[in-house]
Amino acid sequence: MSKNKAGRRGLSLGLRREQLPGLRGGLPLRRRQGISLRLRRGICYLVLALISAVCLFAFYILLINSTRAHSQIQKGFSLLPGKSFLANFASVWENKTILIVRGLWNSVLVASLTALLSVYFSALTAYAIHVYEFRFRRAAFYFILLVMTIPTQVSALGFVKLVGAMGLKDSFLPLIVPSIAAPAVFFFLKQYMESALPLEMVEAARIDGSGEFYTFNRVILPVIRPALAVQAIFTFVSSWNNYFTPSLVLTDSGKKTLPLWIAYIRSADFTKFDMGQLYMMIFCSIFPVVLVYLLLSRFIVQGVALGSVKG
Amino acid sequence: MKQRNLNKGRYRGYHRWGYIFLIPFFLTYAVFALLPMLSTFYYSFFENYMSGLRMVGPRFAGLENYIALFAQGDLLKYAGNTLIMWMLGFVPQIAVALLLAAWFTDTRLKLRGTGFFKTVIYMPNLIMASAFSMLFFALFSNNGPVNHLLLGLGLLEEPFRFLASTAGARGLVALMNVLMWFGNTAILLMAGMMGIDTGLFEAARVDGASPFQVFSRITMPLLKPILIYVMITSLIGGLQMFDVPQILTNGKGEPDRTSMTLMMYLNNHLFNKNYGMAGALSVMLFFLTGALSILIFRSLARGRKMGKERV
Repeated sequence: MSKNKAGRRGLSLGLRREQLPGLRGGLPLRRRQGISLRLRRGICYLVLALISAVCLFAFYILLINSTRAHSQIQKGFSLLPGKSFLANFASVWENKTILIVRGLWNSVLVASLTALLSVYFSALTAYAIHVYEFRFRRAAFYFILLVMTIPTQVSALGFVKLVGAMGLKDSFLPLIVPSIAAPAVFFFLKQYMESALPLEMVEAARIDGSGEFYTFNRVILPVIRPALAVQAIFTFVSSWNNYFTPSLVLTDSGKKTLPLWIAYIRSADFTKFDMGQLYMMIFCSIFPVVLVYLLLSRFIVQGVALGSVKG
Repeated sequence: MKQRNLNKGRYRGYHRWGYIFLIPFFLTYAVFALLPMLSTFYYSFFENYMSGLRMVGPRFAGLENYIALFAQGDLLKYAGNTLIMWMLGFVPQIAVALLLAAWFTDTRLKLRGTGFFKTVIYMPNLIMASAFSMLFFALFSNNGPVNHLLLGLGLLEEPFRFLASTAGARGLVALMNVLMWFGNTAILLMAGMMGIDTGLFEAARVDGASPFQVFSRITMPLLKPILIYVMITSLIGGLQMFDVPQILTNGKGEPDRTSMTLMMYLNNHLFNKNYGMAGALSVMLFFLTGALSILIFRSLARGRKMGKERV
């Protein structure tokens, strides 16, 4: 009985769906439905606008306050910008104890190298497991899958001791090199290769006499460039934002990355701070990522969805 | 089948490249992740800490660290704090994300500008958590913009000291977590909802189901695997909660350590070179995340099975 009903429904739907695209525009909706739909849409936009406002509020205040002088900020709340943007920036630039500009440079260096290494070697690892049929292929794949969810923090103690033993305290190497083994990036790229990298391509390259390593570098990497770009952005951002690991490795003020300076500012006496300068410092840590994000947001949002569907 | 065997024969000589390409990953993983993890386990059985300027140990102590960890009683308190702050953040986050995902994927609502909204709601996820919480610290400080605003609107008689009250501090941590993660969750759920056969929605509509009925009777049950996945990954992320409360409370978990998380506890032990205890705590966290990860794999496997049955 119920089976029959479902079958009938399916049939009628099949017809409807074929007809719908042509008719949808011209088909007059029943008036009551039309109004309720319009009302629902209105509510949706209202709520969305509200949520967006909440999301943007903090950033807006940050932007405004980074353009205002200390005295103005102390006086009260404002939605309008001031004229001290450059003055605030100059005081951040000239600050001799809190080296934000230096931190900015360190962060850029660490995050770019991390993203580069992580993406390149994860692609190489994914390629090895995707293309070659060696004996421990499945074992290797499941091993990487297994270790993917282990957070790095739980081995922090061993990591600190290791870094100390290797004499790599205050070096960027322990922050950059481990990113060669990035299970999550590997997993994403492996999934991408399954859907977008036909093995015939590798075969064709072989017939043309290309070596395996050359094939990977010159034929395969360009093909998977979109996936590489998305993962490079994510790795860059997570390295840029990372606070836990650098705090265990870096103590020298010439080496500190931005999150460590933020922590330093927080531990300083807040009441004696030039607030304009403080907001400018936060602005410097947040703005580069926001800029990159606004330029590439479409890829990034797609990337999030892509990772989830396949994951 | 025959073709496949032929291929296998032809490419046997290439298999060694699979091993070669895996070397960077496994070498790096062994040195920078596996070794630290094993040594963390190892040190958890040793008495090893700083007493003044003198290093005590390492001396084998069996399970003493584990016993001390529980006997001190802080562990359960901090685990409770972490869980409470995670819950405070997760419940509103999943509610808002479900609502947004349902709206964005509703074929009848056909909202415009979803690209813009997605960009806005995802943005906080990429912001440096430490800078974000420094920003919130400044905004919600006793003489900060939020208090200025509330005073100006006449909602408060005198500034509310957010960080001096348990509810205020935990609420702020939860608020930041919601802001940072609801966009990400919404996009994940959206991807899940788009995987649902649209025929089901249309059939329900033809049968006169209200939007709420469609949501509760069709979307929710089919979304269950993804919901479970989102919840467990969020819980694993929640266990690692560090940057936000650490910066917001300057590592002290004020007031009265009610916003101290497990990771902050671990960080304190590491910072004070209290290695034995840090090791024991790490091992506990390892098994906790491990158990949760197994749940993820289970839910994913089940989801995959369901997907296959549907096709």
